[in-house]
Amino acid sequence: MRIANLTHGALFMLGAYIGASTLKTVPNLWLAALITGAIVAVLGGIFERLVLRKLSGNVLGQVLVTLGVSFIIADLCLVVWGGDPIPVPTPEFLRQPVFIAGLAFPAYRLAVVVIAVIAAVGLYVLIERTRLGAMIRAGVDDMEMARACGIPVSRLFTTVFCLGAALAGAAGVVGGPIMSAYPGLDADMLPLALIVVILGGVGSLGGAFIGAFITGFVYTFGVAMLPDLAYVILFLPMILVIAFRPRGLFGKFAA
Amino acid sequence: MAMNRRRFVKAAGAAATLGYSGITFSQANTLRLGLMTVKTGPLASGGIDMERALIQYLKEKNYTLAGRKVELFVGDSAGIPAQARTKIQELVERDRIHIMIGPLAAAEALAADDYIRQAQLLTLSVAAAEDLTQRRPNPWFTRGTATSAQCAHPMADYAFKEMKMRRMVTIADDFAYGHEMSAGFQRVFEELGGKIVQKMFPPLTVPDYGTYLAQLKSNVDGIFLGFAGANGFRYLRQFNEYGLMKKVTPVGGMTALDEAVLRNMGDEALGIVTSCWYSAEIENAVNKRFVANFRVDWKYDPGFYAAATYTEAAVLEAALNQIKGRIEDKQGFMKAVRGLKNVETCRGPVSFDQYGNVVGNNYIRKVERKDGRLVNRVIKTYPNVSQFWTYKPEDFLKNPVYSRDYPPAKNLES
Repeated sequence: MRIANLTHGALFMLGAYIGASTLKTVPNLWLAALITGAIVAVLGGIFERLVLRKLSGNVLGQVLVTLGVSFIIADLCLVVWGGDPIPVPTPEFLRQPVFIAGLAFPAYRLAVVVIAVIAAVGLYVLIERTRLGAMIRAGVDDMEMARACGIPVSRLFTTVFCLGAALAGAAGVVGGPIMSAYPGLDADMLPLALIVVILGGVGSLGGAFIGAFITGFVYTFGVAMLPDLAYVILFLPMILVIAFRPRGLFGKFAA
Repeated sequence: MAMNRRRFVKAAGAAATLGYSGITFSQANTLRLGLMTVKTGPLASGGIDMERALIQYLKEKNYTLAGRKVELFVGDSAGIPAQARTKIQELVERDRIHIMIGPLAAAEALAADDYIRQAQLLTLSVAAAEDLTQRRPNPWFTRGTATSAQCAHPMADYAFKEMKMRRMVTIADDFAYGHEMSAGFQRVFEELGGKIVQKMFPPLTVPDYGTYLAQLKSNVDGIFLGFAGANGFRYLRQFNEYGLMKKVTPVGGMTALDEAVLRNMGDEALGIVTSCWYSAEIENAVNKRFVANFRVDWKYDPGFYAAATYTEAAVLEAALNQIKGRIEDKQGFMKAVRGLKNVETCRGPVSFDQYGNVVGNNYIRKVERKDGRLVNRVIKTYPNVSQFWTYKPEDFLKNPVYSRDYPPAKNLES
């Protein structure tokens, strides 16, 4: 744990591709997201056990290897699914926009907001309110002491890694109808995730939540109001936060 | 190493199909053709099509052009400009190619511009960057496809005159190609009397166009899409999702709704009008054979990039025929290319201007369903369109190159 996992963009993209393929046999997007999440979780677990574990203690090596694996995943996707963008169909009943105060807004995006809230609440309950979550927190805070108390930290971290991979994969499917699966999706998504985490603070769920909100709003309104700054605006809040709070808004460790 | 192995296998395969000839002829006699393309990364879709179509052309000619055996060397830049330059250097210095087809992207061509001049590398390019055949013409560079704005000019003409559009928005990828396309469209459209009331340039790698769709003015007749690669595809899906399709009519530039994108699209693409120098639906003998054979091998219609190398190969052959295969005469070859008139290619007859850019038909196409798949049916042909549209080259070149801010948009509404 405690390392920046740079495969998340690639896992998101892999999820979108697997989701698009799964949807050819499974007619339901949510079911496809669950199946894809499970598949990506297994792949993540294999990667964690066979590669990351061998580098334990070597943080820089681990970060580099996650980046390397993300390139491998990206090119494998290209080999398997080809270079053309592949659409992920939107569920039938969410295809029409809804009208709110005379403005059209896509129903599917509202559904994604609801799913995001459910996922966030679920994660919060898991980490902060369950025994498993307490063990994870203990393992992250002080691995040796947790081990001494009989917590199977190693197995626990594999589980957490799988869960993270599953979420990234499932998110790829849920994001699919908006973004489609295409080569380069990984690189488009990864910076967003990194910015959110750095802004919110590493190791803090609440921080990630706030970080995501700030990033989303600043980016959306920034692009609309200052279109010429579209590239910078995403990074501005992050730079400001790092300058004054190197640990991020709610971080436990330095980013 | 992987590159070497791949190349070895390819060479071995080629030698096997050629039989004795590849070995007994002295190396000096073989024409060494380089293809600079993209086979990995986000641009790979087009790049792989470029290779497939070129190999198809060479196969049809039994790997012999103007009496010379051709050996093909393929370089992969992953779409990264710096890498394109290195790979081109590798093609020249290690593989000793006589001529290069490619590179794919404008940024790659610009990165390699100096090297092409210095190595005097004969280049038949696909990359659209305007100034390479305009204000800073590279004497070794020619283009058989189109400059960025070459197809946008007639699109503006058609949108104003036939579709009766008067108020429009432009949206294009935020890089040179998008700027140039959007600027060319704006110039012709506004000179005819139309108004561009909003211009948008989203970053090339924005995964979600929600912000741009939310600000789009809906009191306009149409929107011009200057997208490349998968972006047009993604934009249109989200455009549809926001319920805009019935309010604002989209029209597109030459890469907005390419055949490569169409085959993954649904009914939302139906009826959209775009402008390009090619369509798989063009009715001419060369194209019919090209499309039929391509479909047999790959099960899909060739699009922009496949047609690009297929056209460039025909240009190469026509120029070679004129100089009796003597490609070592570099000046002679470039002169021959620039003097080509009415070469029959899959895109119709092509000629070249003195700047090394193509003059050829431009097609206004409309997406329709045919035999269950979406196709770009040609609804109007603008014959012999040059990079200067209807302007005099001298006058055109006096203006600055098309950009984000040139020509200035005077009718923007905030």
